[in-house]
Amino acid sequence: MSIRQSLLAILDQGPCYGYQLRGEFDRRTGSTWPLNVGQIYNTLDRLERDGLVAKADTDSEGHVYYAITAAGHDEVTHWLDSPVVRTQATRDELAIKLAIAVTLPGVNISEVIQVQRAASLRTLQNLTRTKNATSEPESSEELAWMLVVDSMIFAAEAEVRWLDHSETRLARASARGFAEPLPLNTSSPKRGRPVKAEPAAQAAQASQTEQLAQAERAKHVGQAAQAKHVGQAAQAAPAGQVAPAGPLTTDAVR
Amino acid sequence: MSRALASATELLRLDGVAQHYGKGVTAVTALAGIDLTVSRGELVAIMGASGSGKSTLLTIAGGLSKPTSGEVIIEGQWLSDLPPTRIAILRRRTLGFVFQDFNLIPALTALENVTLPLELDGWKSRKARAAGLEALASVELDDHANRYPDDLSGGQQQRVAIARAVVGTRRLILADEPTGALDSTTGELVLRMLRSRVDAGAGGILVTHDPRHAAWADRVVFLRDGRIIDQSAPAGVDTLFADAQRA
Ligand SMILES: Nc1ncnc2c1ncn2[C@@H]1O[C@H](COP(=O)(O)OP(=O)(O)OP(=O)(O)O)[C@@H](O)[C@H]1O
Ligand SMILES: [Mg+2]
Repeated sequence: MSIRQSLLAILDQGPCYGYQLRGEFDRRTGSTWPLNVGQIYNTLDRLERDGLVAKADTDSEGHVYYAITAAGHDEVTHWLDSPVVRTQATRDELAIKLAIAVTLPGVNISEVIQVQRAASLRTLQNLTRTKNATSEPESSEELAWMLVVDSMIFAAEAEVRWLDHSETRLARASARGFAEPLPLNTSSPKRGRPVKAEPAAQAAQASQTEQLAQAERAKHVGQAAQAKHVGQAAQAAPAGQVAPAGPLTTDAVR
Repeated sequence: MSRALASATELLRLDGVAQHYGKGVTAVTALAGIDLTVSRGELVAIMGASGSGKSTLLTIAGGLSKPTSGEVIIEGQWLSDLPPTRIAILRRRTLGFVFQDFNLIPALTALENVTLPLELDGWKSRKARAAGLEALASVELDDHANRYPDDLSGGQQQRVAIARAVVGTRRLILADEPTGALDSTTGELVLRMLRSRVDAGAGGILVTHDPRHAAWADRVVFLRDGRIIDQSAPAGVDTLFADAQRA
């Protein structure tokens, strides 16, 4: 989370002491990601070390104020001007679960999808209720909070849509006989890293919106790569030692 | 099946409703034994892939077509017991239906489309007009009251259809993809409006592909191949809810 830049952006509005900074962060994010004072002071220490803030006055109650430096101001401007690149999508855990589940025998994958979809919808229902309990925002704090709730709502929606999409994809794959479980490969794997530059690893670094599309492309690349390596590295593996298998091919190496 | 009196809060009940089309190898089972209840103050969303039977379920629930087997009970009245004229009255007074394809009458203005069921029901035209304008205002379209459907955008036509479904005293609102042609903000406006009608004591079924809109419902029913495969209701306060709440 961009706590560092957020705190810096607040300090760009004027000097603050640690506890005050925490209050400002909370009220501007709907108290959705509460920070403890320790996190605040750690961050301030690092910002000071990097020359982005400097200690300023101490008031009569002993509060130490921090003020932004010119370099700090530039950092804020840069932060606001640049897109946020997501390196870790929260959906990963779920994508991994489905990807693995689809390769296992005896797993009712439609059931896995449905259980998840029902749970995701409940989350979405709860968020919607929270939001519905509030009328149109009447202050910028409320507006900020509403933006955060909306963001969670849209994320939950994306998850449900992705599950719908996966279900349809699965049905189509089954109809064409491509949704068979993957047995473990029976020959021993070579030591070390058998295949370099895994397409799936690249996909993990892509932004969230690009991720599915990229995984899609990676699948084709992966199939080609796997075909090439069938005789060599991808000759795997006693249980537990399967080489990083790479792409989510469903019609694999037999 | 017992004909015990429906509970006071029960608005709609489907009992073992099945719908088959055709015979032999071309036979289609659109619904395979649906049991579903909607109470006053309850909004139920129905989700499911295309062809899973959502529209079929809704038209049967609204008495627009008869199921192959099973019973539909609206406010304690068994539709199979009622002559067509009584069903027609029920549809005019009690039911509001939003069709997937809007179904507006091109020769009538937006307002006239909305007030038609009231006029057919013998309302005085002044009173019907006031109720119609109020319904149009609830979807922020009262300033287009005198336009004809052809002169409205798809989303505006959809909102007229929604206004028609909620006008007057309608207690059971059945909406088939009512937000399909709407942008995200307008869709939310419509859901808020439906939600408030339901909170005021109506009941409703909302068919939608949009999870964000389904989330406005008290219960989400999933259909697959004409069967209910799952129902989801928020189980009290979960962690995300707590996190998202203001301190
Ligand atoms: N009059 C009819 N004659 C034959 N089959 C029909 C008829 N009406 C519907 N069906 C079939 O019944 C099934 C359910 O249709 P229905 O319109 O209820 O689906 P739906 O869930 O509303 O789909 P969508 O999301 O596309 O609107 C489909 O397989 C459809 O082809
Ligand atoms: Mg339909």
